[in-house]
Amino acid sequence: MKSFVFPEFQIIRDEEKCGQCRGCERQCAFGTHTYDPVADRLVSDEYKCSGCQRCVIFCPKDAIVVRPSPSSYRPNASWSREKIEDLKRQAETGGVLLTGCGSDKPFRIYWDHIVLNASQVTNPSIDPLREPMELRTFLGAKPDMMEISAEDGDVQIKTELSPNLMVETPILFSAMSYGAISYNAFRSLATAACKSGTYFNTGEGGLPREMRDEFGKCAIVQVASGRFGIDAEYLNCAQAVEIKVGQGAKPGIGGHLPGEKVSQAVAETRMIPMGTDAISPAPHHDIYSIEDLSMLIYALKEATNYEKPISVKIAAVHNFAAIASGIVRAGADIIAIDGLRGGTGAAPKAIRDNVGIPTELAISSLDRRLRNEGIRNRCSIIAAGGIRCSSDVIKAIALGADAVYIGSAALIAMGCTLCQKCYTGKCNWGICTQDPRLSGRLNVEIASQRLSNLISAWSHEIAEMLGGMGINALESLRGNRDHLRGVGLYEWELDVLGIKGAGE
Amino acid sequence: MEFKIIMPRIRRELYNKEICACSIFGAMNRDGERFTGAGVMKAIANMHVRGNGLGGGFAAYGIYPQYKDYYAFHLMFTGHNLQAKLSAKKELDAFLCQNFDVVYDEEIPHGDEATVSDPPLVWRYFVLPNKQGEDAKLSDEDYIVGKVMVVNTKIENAYVFSSGKNMGCFKGVGYPEDIGEYFMLDKLYRAHTWTVHGRFPTNTQAWWGGAHPFSLLDTTVVHNGEVSSYGTNRWYLEMYGYACTLQTDTEVIAYAADLLMRRQKLPIDIVAKILAPPIWNAIDQMNEKEKKLLTTLRMVYAPLLMNGPFAVIIGQTGKMIGLTDRIRLRPITAATRGEMFYISSEEASIRLISPQLDRVWTPNGGEPVVGELNSMRKV
Repeated sequence: MKSFVFPEFQIIRDEEKCGQCRGCERQCAFGTHTYDPVADRLVSDEYKCSGCQRCVIFCPKDAIVVRPSPSSYRPNASWSREKIEDLKRQAETGGVLLTGCGSDKPFRIYWDHIVLNASQVTNPSIDPLREPMELRTFLGAKPDMMEISAEDGDVQIKTELSPNLMVETPILFSAMSYGAISYNAFRSLATAACKSGTYFNTGEGGLPREMRDEFGKCAIVQVASGRFGIDAEYLNCAQAVEIKVGQGAKPGIGGHLPGEKVSQAVAETRMIPMGTDAISPAPHHDIYSIEDLSMLIYALKEATNYEKPISVKIAAVHNFAAIASGIVRAGADIIAIDGLRGGTGAAPKAIRDNVGIPTELAISSLDRRLRNEGIRNRCSIIAAGGIRCSSDVIKAIALGADAVYIGSAALIAMGCTLCQKCYTGKCNWGICTQDPRLSGRLNVEIASQRLSNLISAWSHEIAEMLGGMGINALESLRGNRDHLRGVGLYEWELDVLGIKGAGE
Repeated sequence: MEFKIIMPRIRRELYNKEICACSIFGAMNRDGERFTGAGVMKAIANMHVRGNGLGGGFAAYGIYPQYKDYYAFHLMFTGHNLQAKLSAKKELDAFLCQNFDVVYDEEIPHGDEATVSDPPLVWRYFVLPNKQGEDAKLSDEDYIVGKVMVVNTKIENAYVFSSGKNMGCFKGVGYPEDIGEYFMLDKLYRAHTWTVHGRFPTNTQAWWGGAHPFSLLDTTVVHNGEVSSYGTNRWYLEMYGYACTLQTDTEVIAYAADLLMRRQKLPIDIVAKILAPPIWNAIDQMNEKEKKLLTTLRMVYAPLLMNGPFAVIIGQTGKMIGLTDRIRLRPITAATRGEMFYISSEEASIRLISPQLDRVWTPNGGEPVVGELNSMRKV
């Protein structure tokens, strides 16, 4: 059937610069560029282009420009180009529209409407280059109080503490499974996490055996509805276990790793036959209520000898704060909330762009809910979904998060350009693919260095902003909305965020 | 029948944190001999320029020996005219009669020639708890704290600013030496421990309740500095039932002291390590045992770390504690002379009333100096 959809991108090749090296042809897994030996020139099929910019960056002559196609339908506020084209695609295929990455829709980005405080006169700002600036954070349940016995200056702690994760900076790598992303990408995240004093999350695809000794010490392992790759060693080699209930990009639905991506190594790690679809059901089939979740939490605590904090990851949806409070009471040590703009390797577009609520609002209402119930100590909050820079991190913490998960940001550090074609398995950047020819493009040493650099850069910036506020320990900013003001927000939004308007 | 669906919306907290710089001074006779407020008034007057006349106050321990078994409530009734003040008092009297046995009450004497502006009606009551129903299970102290919170949040224009036994706070808008004169502290009262505060708020809205010391039961706090962790400290304390109503960061220090020292029974050395902990770099180099203790403290009590510059004098029955922030942005000077123990923002003020001193020193950031009746732990 002839497709009635325009190419999304226009490819402009400067023929004078082009040396016919055929680099672009080799770079593009979608087969956009081909060499015409008769004319001795490269031709591009714009219909195939994903706009990932791989050919542009790797063209030795800088001869290629890829930009959004200027073709347009008659402008129509209701029927945007995207709406028309999505509809056409469905008319041509009869299927669900798939997409990758976080939602690109213009929902209000609250980070960009919140400004930070700084000290002037009455409270000296602190120079992080001269004074210690502490970002160390402990994730897990804390007791309401500490009992101690003191005899002649010899102080003994009597209260038994729950296990906690210690991070040197409040930034963790979000769950991205081996299978969804390539081995090299997965290993780069693990390497960088260990190097930067933080943790990576294995996602639901298991942890390859050969990585367990080296990277278990900075791993959070996930238990999701598909239960892939779980055995006692998997749970115990890591520092924390996370039960994945929901994901911000696709709340309420499961996951589907197509058989083509299930290579021998992926199959072994996931403990499924090679080439079979790996399907994670929408719910956990043993969790149909909060008491079922509690049983799983305690089953995992038993399996790990009560030595690891148990995290529960949920998508931020309308009534999630009440649910999260139940999850804390069910025994979870950490609540990870994933907001509307959280990323994914594959999700139905209708779900990704329409279900869930923004992370910023979610953090604030969860923090407030737990405080009002007096149980804020009993868990830590890790916020995920749309964290783009260090100031987003610091705002998330001031709104009440203990730490953040970054997913898309980490992928971008490795080369991702958010072309949203992750579900095709043809990632030209070697990140979201199992094709050895493509994944080999990602050098673990370089990619992990880029990730550590990112963590280091953000941590420095966080320290700088903290010092400006006259604070030298991150814990003094946690839930400290006094240091935030809103700009251009409605009253109800300020209420939910719990912050004053600028100048108020 | 008509149904009304109410959608509750939690309003954001539009609290205002007051910012001020200040002078603080404390004097204690460790033998428990009582002395008038004349000396401390002279000392704080010497730091006149550190305040701007928008707040001064005193805490005095040991002033009510004849009523030492009763909780001494100092109440402030504000309002535009006497009528309004009396109506607040009427409401408060009804509340007190319902929940306490009042053994004696009177207006706190004051000298009207002192230069203070717009004084409220200030009254004192000596009471015993009269616990009923559910409240019967509470300890006396928890009961008092609960009722003080009720008065301060629910009864308009009435404010309890002192609620301990055999001690009292005196405070108001004005220079501290004027407030001392107004309440005639140099003539009417003899205490074994005095703490004083002169205030320099950077905003001009001054009200009598906003002056220091802040107190709960017998814990009083005078504070110089700004707590930049206020929002964090506040939510943590609110989880334990402390309503932060006074719009000032000093309040959170008083409540933190009450929570940690009275309710959780932690010793002052530990409390100091919670409010002003050592930095991680230092902790990481300690021996295993200390490291574990301090790491645990920082983990569990992270929200009570007081960040930003501060110097405080915490008073409790039989104790006077000085503490500065962890990087000593607001230093204090401590000194001893015989049985006298002094803490001050400036050494000059101590020298003014006690030219000869046995020992004078500037404590390190986060290191508490503690004076105790009859026995001194750390001096």
